[in-house]
Amino acid sequence: MPPTMESEKELIARILAGDTELFHELIRPYEKMVFVTIFAMVRNEAEAEDGAQETMISAFRHLKSFRGESKFSTWLVTIAMNEGRRRLRKAKGMPTDSLDEDKEEHEGDFTPAALTDWREIPLEALEKKELRAKIREAVEELPELYREVLVLRDLEELNQEETAQALGIKVNLVKVRLHRARMMLQKKLVPYLKSANPAKGFFGRIFQ
Amino acid sequence: MKLPCRYVWEHISEYIDQRLDPQALADIEAHLENCEVCSAILDSTRNILVLTADNRTYELPLGYSSRLHQRLEIELRKVSEDS
Repeated sequence: MPPTMESEKELIARILAGDTELFHELIRPYEKMVFVTIFAMVRNEAEAEDGAQETMISAFRHLKSFRGESKFSTWLVTIAMNEGRRRLRKAKGMPTDSLDEDKEEHEGDFTPAALTDWREIPLEALEKKELRAKIREAVEELPELYREVLVLRDLEELNQEETAQALGIKVNLVKVRLHRARMMLQKKLVPYLKSANPAKGFFGRIFQ
Repeated sequence: MKLPCRYVWEHISEYIDQRLDPQALADIEAHLENCEVCSAILDSTRNILVLTADNRTYELPLGYSSRLHQRLEIELRKVSEDS
């Protein structure tokens, strides 16, 4: 069960009062969230693990500045996201792609992959390592700005407002980027999903 | 008036998130009932998102958690020694 905001607040108060050992408990539910967020950015396991450790240490050092206006998880994932971005910049040695936000909000020309045989999730598909690798690859290949939004919304399941807050962008931009990210993902993955379930075809169902 | 498929595609994300206003929702559901292509696109998108969020898609490296807590422990000790 996820911790309630109240129990977290109390934990944080006790940690700040000197019971620092409790910090282990505080972050335990978010270990994976922090790793995945950074991993999806930097695409390297060792780098992501190191980044996750740095994120937690930074969260500990700055815990005083957590005001409780947002959820602790949102605050933490913001630190993780910044850590991921920082590492990405360092690796590339320069700032990455930036888009003109105003222009971006009015463009909407994304066409999904038109046909798909793949409508139900076959349980066995989930067992396939290759498919999971393909999904990770497709996420990793998204342009950074779209990837960030998709990771927070669809992997970490933050809501629109929390995502906007974590990324420092407007809610409307979250919506636009999320939609595109999802359509890009759909387009990239449908070919692999088709072969995951060849038995039930699109036309098969129509003409049955 | 017949809703163009493109309209549905542009609103798939909001449909999945259940953020459409009632009129748009009704229009899109009516369209989906008759359009096999759009409903296949919707289903596959939704499925892809389910798979992406699946616990098994991203796995933690072996020993990750214990290494994390070990490093934290060192940090926590530093702080209590300082104070």
